[in-house]
Amino acid sequence: MPLDSALPAVDIDCDFWSLRFVEEASDSYIVRKDVALPFATAVDKGVMASVYAGGGYGYAATGDTSPEGVRRVLARAREWARVTARHAIADSRQLPRPAPQGAYASPATDIATLSRRDWFDLLLAESRSVGSDPRIVDWEASVDVVHTTQRLVTSGGGDVVQRYRFLMPSVSVTAHADGDTIVRTLNGYRGICQQGGEEILARFGFVGSARRIAEEALELLAAPACPSGVMDVLLAPDQMVLQIHESIGHPLELDRILGDERNFAGTSFVTADMFGDYRYGSDLLNITFDPTRGEELASYAFDDDGTRAEKMHLIRNGILERPLGGAISQQRAGLAGVANARACSWNRPPIDRMANLNLEPGTSTFDAMVASIESGIYMQTNCSWSIDDSRNKFQFGCERGRVIRDGKLAEVVKRPNYRGISASFWRSLAHVGDASTLEVLGTPYCGKGEPSQVIRVGHASPPCVFTGVDVFGGEA
Amino acid sequence: MSTPGAATGERRRDARDGTPSNDLAMEAYFLALATSLDGALARGERYSASFDGEDTDFVRLNQGKVRQPGSVSQRYLTLRLVQGGRHAQHRQSLTGGLKPDIASALAALSSLRVALTDAHEDPHLYLPETVTSSSTHRGGDLPAAADVVDRIIDAAHGSDLVGLYAAGPVFRGFADSSGQRNWHAATTFNLQWSLYHRADKAVKADYAGFAWNDAAFATKMDEARERLALVAQPARALAPGKYRVYLAASAVDEIAGLLGWGAFSGRALATQQSPLSRMEKGERLDPRVSMREDTANGVAPSFQAEGFARPPTITLVEGGALVGSLVSPRTAREFGLDANGANCNEMPESFAMDAGDLAAADAITALDDGLLIGNLHYLNYSDRNACRMTGMTRFATFRVQHGRIVAPADVLRFDDSIYRLFGANLEALTTERELLLSSETYGARQMSSARLPGALLREMQFTL
Repeated sequence: MPLDSALPAVDIDCDFWSLRFVEEASDSYIVRKDVALPFATAVDKGVMASVYAGGGYGYAATGDTSPEGVRRVLARAREWARVTARHAIADSRQLPRPAPQGAYASPATDIATLSRRDWFDLLLAESRSVGSDPRIVDWEASVDVVHTTQRLVTSGGGDVVQRYRFLMPSVSVTAHADGDTIVRTLNGYRGICQQGGEEILARFGFVGSARRIAEEALELLAAPACPSGVMDVLLAPDQMVLQIHESIGHPLELDRILGDERNFAGTSFVTADMFGDYRYGSDLLNITFDPTRGEELASYAFDDDGTRAEKMHLIRNGILERPLGGAISQQRAGLAGVANARACSWNRPPIDRMANLNLEPGTSTFDAMVASIESGIYMQTNCSWSIDDSRNKFQFGCERGRVIRDGKLAEVVKRPNYRGISASFWRSLAHVGDASTLEVLGTPYCGKGEPSQVIRVGHASPPCVFTGVDVFGGEA
Repeated sequence: MSTPGAATGERRRDARDGTPSNDLAMEAYFLALATSLDGALARGERYSASFDGEDTDFVRLNQGKVRQPGSVSQRYLTLRLVQGGRHAQHRQSLTGGLKPDIASALAALSSLRVALTDAHEDPHLYLPETVTSSSTHRGGDLPAAADVVDRIIDAAHGSDLVGLYAAGPVFRGFADSSGQRNWHAATTFNLQWSLYHRADKAVKADYAGFAWNDAAFATKMDEARERLALVAQPARALAPGKYRVYLAASAVDEIAGLLGWGAFSGRALATQQSPLSRMEKGERLDPRVSMREDTANGVAPSFQAEGFARPPTITLVEGGALVGSLVSPRTAREFGLDANGANCNEMPESFAMDAGDLAAADAITALDDGLLIGNLHYLNYSDRNACRMTGMTRFATFRVQHGRIVAPADVLRFDDSIYRLFGANLEALTTERELLLSSETYGARQMSSARLPGALLREMQFTL
């Protein structure tokens, strides 16, 4: 595969072509109830050709990265461009023709991580630490280690190689008694997902976490239901990531605003005329697209269309500034965007995606935020998410809650849920945690697109306080 | 949604006559890969190999124009090497060329041999104990995708049409060192589209099957246009509360899809994590509710990825009672259950609900005063333990009064439990069922389906 070698000669009659090679090697280690599941590894490699010709655009992808395979997909992509040019939604002659030069590598990507045996030993130790309480009916410790290399070559001389290592550890414990079942996780399922190496484990206190998670599961089993009513909420970073993702990230995707996603993922309550003056949230709301934070899951130097990636404000002091739109969407919409044209692998074309979408820290300490609440709930770790296709009416649920009474954290409650409307919810943002409270999380499972794609996104956020929220618990 | 039976050229072929040559070539290629693995095993080793691939034309449409047209050709081999009670697996993309792919498969075998030196004994390892080979080819030639796109865009007549056309052959295969060989190939198309009036006001339609038929497509498009005219009327914002509801089959499919997320899993039930765990302790749905994994009448393969054969039908809910589950080989070993052909995720792939006695044509009259819901969207559990679910209405949802549609309704959020929806509040199921072919394309085109009735509910709870 020509990831670091010369390409075959390309002789094709077109306005522009690009070749995007991807090779991804994944190792999966799982220990469930003290039993090591069989080691699973995967290697996925292939190439996508994209061609602009006669005003049309087309792509073709194959797992055959030989010179013959590359020539075939270029020819197929050109044929698509030719035969659909008269129906094209955008004249490809007007689209940018990038020629990027550069490279990217994840932090510590060349420093080896643990051996297979050591990974299993580590996970077995965590699993065994859960203990023997009969109410614990299931538990699992796992880690995925993924190495990805991408090379983008364009007809104008562009050539970019980007190398990533993703590490995604996870712990989950299930407790059951008297007809009730509680699942508690370490920051959600694969909520811990970063670029780098073993330092990520220490950053999240992975060693020793299974015991703590098990104790919290048992504590929740005995806890009362979350109370219902309109009250203030303090959302932990492992819930804030979901709140940001669903009710800021998706509605700001420019392809949704342009209508591409309406048949599948949905549209957006945000319209093109809102950028520049729409008040999305309170003055405390500052949202950035930040591909420069090394450890965050979706940091990179160039997106998959070859646009150089830079940190940009999407929302500044509550005012909407720019959408999540890559170069092609920017051209179609006549709006400035960001470098977020991304594909999940070689077999899907780039579309507008979140990458690292962060809520910038404020000035409040955690204790000050708790103290600010007379009556409310502190909610941790997302476990349920649902939002309408315009990304407005949402309902989210968390694994763990704690009542806040008279400015102090009080009893633990189970199944805290809340609902609201994006367009008004962010205006109730009353406090934003300071830099010391910020956590860098994300998800490897953001889905959208036709054909569909699951992609990795990063979210960094401090805990935040929202006022006057509709809170409720589980079924009686 | 079209049914495969409605399209010409659809038939299940166990004989080879008439099977497209690329299907046969792909099967021969897979069998050759398996033969190469047979010859590379060392003493005491066993292998199994699962194959999945497709050659798909994808054309994405927006505003009645082409947004992204393309083709994807992909093949994957998942190889498992077993030595005694130890095993490991490797998934590898392939080029489609036999010589390089044999070399990749043999290299994978070697790397697995090394990996096994670090492997632990697996007490839950379970391999097929019988050899059950099969070969199935379905579907035939489709028109060139570019020609279909011309027809779609012509039919759109300048409407704001958005959607995806996906077409081509999909392959699944299995082989192991016991000599079992399974092949399942289907050449299909699936057009999913929406016609938009404005903002979120739209109708959703689909046309899928094994052979494209211009007249059938025109009928689907005409029906969509008729519904779009209804959607274009002034919308009504409804207050949260309780409404009588008729759920069209595509809306029931969303509920079925959420239940598929763990409700019928043998492992989830054994560990009290299933949303339907309470049914093991006596909770029941309405006696008219029966649910099955109906492989015999679906489009999924009759074998799962580890080579276990699937029975024609598995009854999951009968007369409102939970009577069965989907059990993977691993779960069978871990919990002492009988494996029944489930994949490791233990999700339905050919889900079916029994029909009822309400004629679909009478559904709006029977609804009388309430909501006609064409589609639901983004469902999740608000209380998994109680099988309480939440989600949104989407696309064509209408306010019905005095048995007539009076206005499209703005989107509403529901939050209700399956024990109410398909229990005390179930008034009727339709006599007609729709076969809904999956349009999912995450990673690959899926081969799952659902055969479902519409459901008339006395009450559904809306919260936002």
